[in-house]
Amino acid sequence: MSAPMPEPKAKISIRDLTMAYGSYVVMSDLNFDIQSRDIFVIMGGSGCGKSTLLRHLIGLREPAKGTVFYDGENFTTAEPDEREKFIRRFGVMYQSGALWSSLTLAENIALPLEEFTSMTPKAVRELVSYKLALVGLSGYEDYYPSQVSGGMNKRAGIARAMALDPDILFLDEPGAGLDPLSSRRLDDLILRLRDSLGSTVVIVTHELASIFAIANNSVFLDTETRTLGAVGNPSELKDHSDNPNVRRFLNRGKESAVTSP
Amino acid sequence: MIQREALSPPKVSWAQDGQAVVMTLTGDWLREGPALALEAEPPQHWPERYETGELGEFDSTLPAFLLAHLRSVEAVKDKEPSLLGLPDNLRGLMELALAVPERSDAKGQSDDDSDIKELGKMTLRAWAGIRATVEFVGESVLSFGRFFAGKARFRNSDFWLTLQECGIEALPIVSLISFLIGLILAFVGNVQLTNFGANIFVADLVGIAMVREMGVVMTGIIMSGRTGASFAAHIGSMKANEEIDALKTFGLNPFDFLVLPRLLALLLMMPILTIYANIVGILGGMLVGFFVGIPPVLYWNETLLSVDLTTASLGVFKSFFFAVAIAISGCMQGMRAGNSSAAVGQATTRAVVTSITAIIVLDSAFAAIFTILDI
Repeated sequence: MSAPMPEPKAKISIRDLTMAYGSYVVMSDLNFDIQSRDIFVIMGGSGCGKSTLLRHLIGLREPAKGTVFYDGENFTTAEPDEREKFIRRFGVMYQSGALWSSLTLAENIALPLEEFTSMTPKAVRELVSYKLALVGLSGYEDYYPSQVSGGMNKRAGIARAMALDPDILFLDEPGAGLDPLSSRRLDDLILRLRDSLGSTVVIVTHELASIFAIANNSVFLDTETRTLGAVGNPSELKDHSDNPNVRRFLNRGKESAVTSP
Repeated sequence: MIQREALSPPKVSWAQDGQAVVMTLTGDWLREGPALALEAEPPQHWPERYETGELGEFDSTLPAFLLAHLRSVEAVKDKEPSLLGLPDNLRGLMELALAVPERSDAKGQSDDDSDIKELGKMTLRAWAGIRATVEFVGESVLSFGRFFAGKARFRNSDFWLTLQECGIEALPIVSLISFLIGLILAFVGNVQLTNFGANIFVADLVGIAMVREMGVVMTGIIMSGRTGASFAAHIGSMKANEEIDALKTFGLNPFDFLVLPRLLALLLMMPILTIYANIVGILGGMLVGFFVGIPPVLYWNETLLSVDLTTASLGVFKSFFFAVAIAISGCMQGMRAGNSSAAVGQATTRAVVTSITAIIVLDSAFAAIFTILDI
């Protein structure tokens, strides 16, 4: 690549990204942009590499090829020191919540605050209570992650991800394993947080109800072709995507009546 | 189970009908029924049609047999096996089973490699293991450097908690084991030395053996099983639960955060525990001495005469190295554990095995070095 590429303008830009485990290529040549304040969904069948893509975006895995840009700045080739600055702007919720099990919910959220800010212990406590209140967990400060339910763990995980008021929130399967009502409440929570905090949200999920309820943009990873299947608003892709796999996925296997040319 | 009058044995036969193969299925195909006896070699073509007029009852054995048979025959490209003539419920099951083709590379994961290839893989694995260990030790040194530069981040409470776990909470077991070791040494020594009428030298024997070797080695082994295993299990399950990833995405170095406080705590506690174990072991020997007629004062003075400062410091000197070995193998196996609960168990086992091996190997090396240096 000798010609200087134009600096991407979007919040997150993925260029020619190829992901591989050793010689096994999971997905190749991904190209898409995530705009500021998007609720962006990464969707696709089980095992297609959705979570792997997320791990590439947050720097836990190195791409086999290609680049990830944040606000036009190259994240992939950044030095460890610079990379830490990028990472400081992320909030990540993992599939299982991944709360530190030896700490209480409050300590989990307080830890990044204690490490990275000079707040007084009192201010930290107040901020922790506020973050827990935002996700509906007031009063659970002193519970350990093993003492609360899976849904509460996930919500606490979101609270911890928001501890440092991140610019970009990454959520890995927030709705998985939750009952429909809790899942719905989580969707509302995500929408409200985006609207009031103005962060960009990137979600990995394959729950159609959530996808249509919250996403305004999405990428579909196609297991068959091992590359990107479609990019766009899922409600539109549902009926008007050129890719039959995308339509099938979004219609739970039923081909939609309207097929675009 | 419902008793049936008589089960007819399952049978299958093939007949050539022009170009087409017709497969005839008869009898009852049941798990508890008579087994299938193949009378003829199956043909190398998919049957075009099935005769099931005399098919009795069947359970999963029949579709299982059919699937295995259809898969054993070379697949015809772009052609689905015909299911013509099968009863509706059986056809439904077969359609379901054949809907997704067998993933050919999924089966290839079983190892039917030649011995030489296996040997090569083992060598590569061993080499990778050595490299990983060296890398881990290097990381620890860097982390130590960051600690002295005041740049390493970890929670102080983590450090104090580990200090408590590998210090004061280990005292009872260390006391018991070293007391008994002192006792055993004294008994064995006394039996031999009494033959020469020199049983006062039991004190020398117990003192030197405890302080040079037994105290530090036994403490090391106890700490491997106690603390090393707990490090591996704790860090390993954090890994399985993505908690380490969570640290990374907050920009916290998991090495500084998890390994460093454990390494420091063990480095601090191992020498103290070793000194303590030495003293308790000598007390054990003194008790035996008392029963075989060596007054404690005499025993104590004899011990002081035989154990000089150089000898006493050898064990303590070694304990620092053992502390590093235990902490590193425990933390390393934890950090390298896979992402499942079974992997945590394996990591714990490996941690204990590596650290005990490392302790014994290091101790032998020290024994050789001290002999050469004539200490």
